[in-house]
Amino acid sequence: MAKFTAKPKDLIQIDFKNPKTGWMDTPVEIREHMFCHPAKAKELETVGFPNIHEWRPQDENWNLPEGWKETVLNGIKERLQKYRSFHVFMDICVRCGACADKCHFYLGTGDPKNMPVLRAELLRSIYRKYFTASGKILGKTAGARELTEDVLKEIWYYYYQCTECRRCSVFCPYGIDQAEITMIGRELTNLLGLQLGWIGGPVANCYMKGNHLGLEPHTIKSNIEMMLDDIETITGIRINPTFNRKGAEILFVTPSGDLFAMPGIYTAMGYLMLFHELGLDYTWSTYASEGGNFGFFSSNEMAKRLNSKIYAEAKRLGVKWVLGGECGHMWRVLHQYMDTWNGPADFLEVPKSPITGTVFDNAKSAKMTHISEFTADLIKHGKLKLDKSRNDHLKVTFHDSCNTARGMGMFEEPRYIIKNVCNHFYEMPENTIREKTFCCGSGTGLNASENMELRMRGGLPRANAVKYVHEQHGVNMLANVCAIDRATLSASMDYWVPGVGVAGISELVGNALVMEGEKERTADLRGETLPGKEGAE
Amino acid sequence: MATIDFQGKQIEVDEDGYLVNLDDWVKDVGIQMAKGDGMELTDAHWEVINFLREYYAKYQIAPMIKILVKEIAKVMGPEKGNTKYLYELFPDGPAKQACRYAGLPKPTGCV
Repeated sequence: MAKFTAKPKDLIQIDFKNPKTGWMDTPVEIREHMFCHPAKAKELETVGFPNIHEWRPQDENWNLPEGWKETVLNGIKERLQKYRSFHVFMDICVRCGACADKCHFYLGTGDPKNMPVLRAELLRSIYRKYFTASGKILGKTAGARELTEDVLKEIWYYYYQCTECRRCSVFCPYGIDQAEITMIGRELTNLLGLQLGWIGGPVANCYMKGNHLGLEPHTIKSNIEMMLDDIETITGIRINPTFNRKGAEILFVTPSGDLFAMPGIYTAMGYLMLFHELGLDYTWSTYASEGGNFGFFSSNEMAKRLNSKIYAEAKRLGVKWVLGGECGHMWRVLHQYMDTWNGPADFLEVPKSPITGTVFDNAKSAKMTHISEFTADLIKHGKLKLDKSRNDHLKVTFHDSCNTARGMGMFEEPRYIIKNVCNHFYEMPENTIREKTFCCGSGTGLNASENMELRMRGGLPRANAVKYVHEQHGVNMLANVCAIDRATLSASMDYWVPGVGVAGISELVGNALVMEGEKERTADLRGETLPGKEGAE
Repeated sequence: MATIDFQGKQIEVDEDGYLVNLDDWVKDVGIQMAKGDGMELTDAHWEVINFLREYYAKYQIAPMIKILVKEIAKVMGPEKGNTKYLYELFPDGPAKQACRYAGLPKPTGCV
């Protein structure tokens, strides 16, 4: 595959003209840099996905398994019976178009099949043809069409150009949740062995080793040791966290990206420093070593299987409750699915901060609290000594992750923390934040490298809002609470808004946190010299 | 599955040119891959590649970039212990390009 070389000035030329032919008569064109490579056979075998076969999206022949059409139709039938939401969403759209220009992929590509209404229509047309009387009789007039190989390819192509961010749903007068439609569409492609490598790989790793990256227990420990060395260099304090410790009060679970990727590791350093300063009775786990869940991007069943280890490990270690790190989709899963999938976790207690005594009633059932809720509560009760000036080199804005915003309604806590640890905070325009936040453009397992054009196009609306505050206020740091964000926004900032960095909020907390017995800090957590401290060492 | 021709033998690689079977790797495979990119591997490159392979043997994953930077600083001197130096050696990024020459898979997930 040729290297992606398009420049921002070219990519920004977006053609919003619709094709001359109607959507059903406009064949799908599968373009390179817009799709991800297929999963490897051994990854799919690891978790027992069906119909594993050799295929490439750009090829004419996808080597579909025999009887593939029946497999898809039976798959739809089964899901219509199982998920009332799916059935309702197949029926109720009035095609008002309120969602059309709310999708970052539509805004970035101008491709009408990226309008949420039309993305859903790709599947609805099949539903109508095979499952409704009007579609069976009237066919195309009733918006129905045959399921052909080209139609299947089209569904595959566009259902992996949706990040299940749910921004369109905010604007839908019926509340149709496009994410759920995409999830079902992806499940159907999965039945035919058409999984992506960037999803299949992490899923297999997570199933075998507990985390997406496939970090072994000794690797996790060694990575954290390296962070502890850096913390010692910066603060003069040696921290000694525990791993897999039975009897700890709290189990801490975070995405594995925080233990490996830049700038995620600085977020993890922030966690380590905060917990040390509090004297928190907590433990890391090298088994439940992943908060994220790429299974959620393949099928409901797979997500459930991968999620089960969190409660299992909490039970094995005998902790009282679970504290979760900064991750986006992890929180949609924990907040809306975990309890019904793998609960009730009646062996756990309702999360209660041992420092402030605050009971997190919002997590009464799932027994898992977000690090931002936990930290904001500490600040509110005056339990942290903070020196905001250590973040004075940063002009910060906050990107709401789709899932913590629309999936759990967490808007205030991250902002409250930032305002307490930074002197310079600027909001992006109102229609691009909070429940109307724009996706990073690469969520749901689309953060590969071969689909870079798609990623940069999908990331454009978010980047455009960052560019605004960058130009207006000199913003140079995009804060967030998601490991996928930390990886993907770094790439989209470099592309669209060079000069803006990306950081997890806990990193900013770590910078500002005044620790007992620390030496005078001359560098931030990235090891960069703090302004005014040049030559201090 | 894609393959590359190596001394008359077909070796399996993935879409991005990474080896499918790590055991297929010998030094000359790395040299040939680099040649394909118009690159001549110097001792400085091998310092990185050899460390990647040793690290992988112990941890079953490529090292995070910071660990690599620290190691290079230790071996090659502090002035070379930075990502800039590594990018000069491997313009496509040490994680991607150097791992490919070293015969290691690329990491996936939130990275």
